[in-house]
Amino acid sequence: MTKLTPVLSAHWDEKDSFTIEGYKRHGGYNASAKALAMNPDAVIQLVKDSGLRGRGGAGFPTGMKWGFIPQGDNKDHYLVVNADESEPGTCKDMPLLMANPHVLIEGCIIACHAIRAKHAFIYIRGEVTHVARRLNQAIEDAYKAGLLGNGIDVVLHIGAGAYICGEETALLDSLEGFRGQPRLRPPFPAIAGLYARPTVVNNVESIASVPAIIANGAEWYQSMGTEKSKGATLYSLSGHVNNPGQFEAPLGITLREILELSGGIRTGHTLKFWTPGGSSTPLFTAEHLDVPLDYEGVSAAGSMLGTKALQIFDETTCVVRAVLRWTEFYKHESCGKCTPCREGTWWLVQLLRDLEAGKGTEADLAKLLDLCDNIMGRSFCALGDGATSPITSSIKYFRDEYIAHITHGGCPFDPVASTLFAGAGA
Amino acid sequence: MAFSQEDLAIMETIIKRYPRPRSAIMPLLHFVQSRAGYVTNEGIELIAQQLDLAAAEVTAVSTFYTQYKPTPVGEYHVGVCTNTLCAIMGGDAIMDALKDHLGIENDGVTADGKVSLEHIECNAACDYAPVVMANWEFYDNQSVQSAKDLVDSMRAGNPKPPTRGPNTLVTWKQASEVLAGLNDGRANEGVQAGGPTLLGLKIAKGETK
Repeated sequence: MTKLTPVLSAHWDEKDSFTIEGYKRHGGYNASAKALAMNPDAVIQLVKDSGLRGRGGAGFPTGMKWGFIPQGDNKDHYLVVNADESEPGTCKDMPLLMANPHVLIEGCIIACHAIRAKHAFIYIRGEVTHVARRLNQAIEDAYKAGLLGNGIDVVLHIGAGAYICGEETALLDSLEGFRGQPRLRPPFPAIAGLYARPTVVNNVESIASVPAIIANGAEWYQSMGTEKSKGATLYSLSGHVNNPGQFEAPLGITLREILELSGGIRTGHTLKFWTPGGSSTPLFTAEHLDVPLDYEGVSAAGSMLGTKALQIFDETTCVVRAVLRWTEFYKHESCGKCTPCREGTWWLVQLLRDLEAGKGTEADLAKLLDLCDNIMGRSFCALGDGATSPITSSIKYFRDEYIAHITHGGCPFDPVASTLFAGAGA
Repeated sequence: MAFSQEDLAIMETIIKRYPRPRSAIMPLLHFVQSRAGYVTNEGIELIAQQLDLAAAEVTAVSTFYTQYKPTPVGEYHVGVCTNTLCAIMGGDAIMDALKDHLGIENDGVTADGKVSLEHIECNAACDYAPVVMANWEFYDNQSVQSAKDLVDSMRAGNPKPPTRGPNTLVTWKQASEVLAGLNDGRANEGVQAGGPTLLGLKIAKGETK
């Protein structure tokens, strides 16, 4: 018996799934035709009723976000799709767009109609040449088929390697042709977004979920998931497992269930720690195997559902090394706009480097936590908050391992044992 | 190098994609790299002129984003993911081995100009870890040996094809053109998905075991 519910991924196994012919074979672009014949407000209501929540991490109700766009204001409205997927561990939107870019374009048509926008921009990260190619071709084919260009235009905007542009207001600055730095809110994008016009910013998976909701109805979507977390979603399993990959399941499935379906932890090893939704979400351990992976369940257990990026690490992994590497990432990606994040992440890296090298002291652990306390909630955007998550959660669950680095005078782990090719002669 | 009249015409079409010209800075910078190989002063000046901005404003944008290179990279730019998951799964070992094998450091270029090397952050392919990118195309599930073989094939002028990408690896300049939003007609090449992408679907359909 399987709990998996492929909707977005239902036809990814067909060789031409990314072409307009492949997409239309399974009813593609019927939902947008249906939506365009509806009153825009009815479309928003339907998405509200479905219970769809943002799949980019925050989980904000999608229909409600659309409803915030002021109507009859005689201003241009914009839809901006956040395809800047770069939260460490997150790998759902890129395979989705490689296998089926048209579902996003159809979602854009529906969303533009609902919020009365004539222009959608898809902001994709720049480090994925083939995904950009596929999306660009799909947009071209949608124009040729007359699906775009009749009042709704979609523009592909390709980024250039800045994690911070996944933050929605930094993304907007970047799209306007500036350095990608977050904006002070309010005003929120719904009031003053792209070019200071009312703008909806949604994640790829959120918009790609809309055509099926229009086609099958709100009740169908509501029938999946849990009380407050409706629908199905992509869970991305990676790391020390026998079979990593994408698993589309109703919200609320547990890691234990996904591991049972997929073939479990790397044979001969045991689960040590994992992230429920990318590196910015506090670490979990084996005690959290049965936490329902929905917005409320993960939050109640002290973390966040985030992007549902399940990064799995077994007992061969040094948690200090793992956390140091994530911290170096946040330091590198800090945009430099606000002091707590810009300065704080540098200090965090220095302390963690010493600790990993066995040159730290117990007082450094207290200092790390104090620094985190001064970054968390005090930085301009969520990047700073995210940087503290792996540190505070790892000290909470693995304090002894930090101490072991101090008493051992260095890292007690063998890095070779944790590689994919361990034992295979590299 | 000078930009041709045809290049200028392409830049005009890039600017016309947007309601406001300034939004075109990023694709124009990718386009400059597609012609010059990196972000040259001449390219900066040209963009500034076309968008009616000061060169300093264009430079400010260019230096914010790591994909815009201030100096030439190799014909094949290799990125090894050393963010936590890939690093632990073997990315660190691959990076060390490639530095040694090529005799260059991070951000270095081989003397023949064929290969450059950069440690990169998470590239959204964690279920294929450890991941190596070349001109931003996916090389999945790499090992020390496969990565060495890959760069050797580049230096021999016959690069191995990406795992999930076009049938052959394009050059850095050609890839930059794609990132400027131009269509090279190769979108239909390559697989629609790799094994891990399809795993959940196959289990749901009872096609495993």
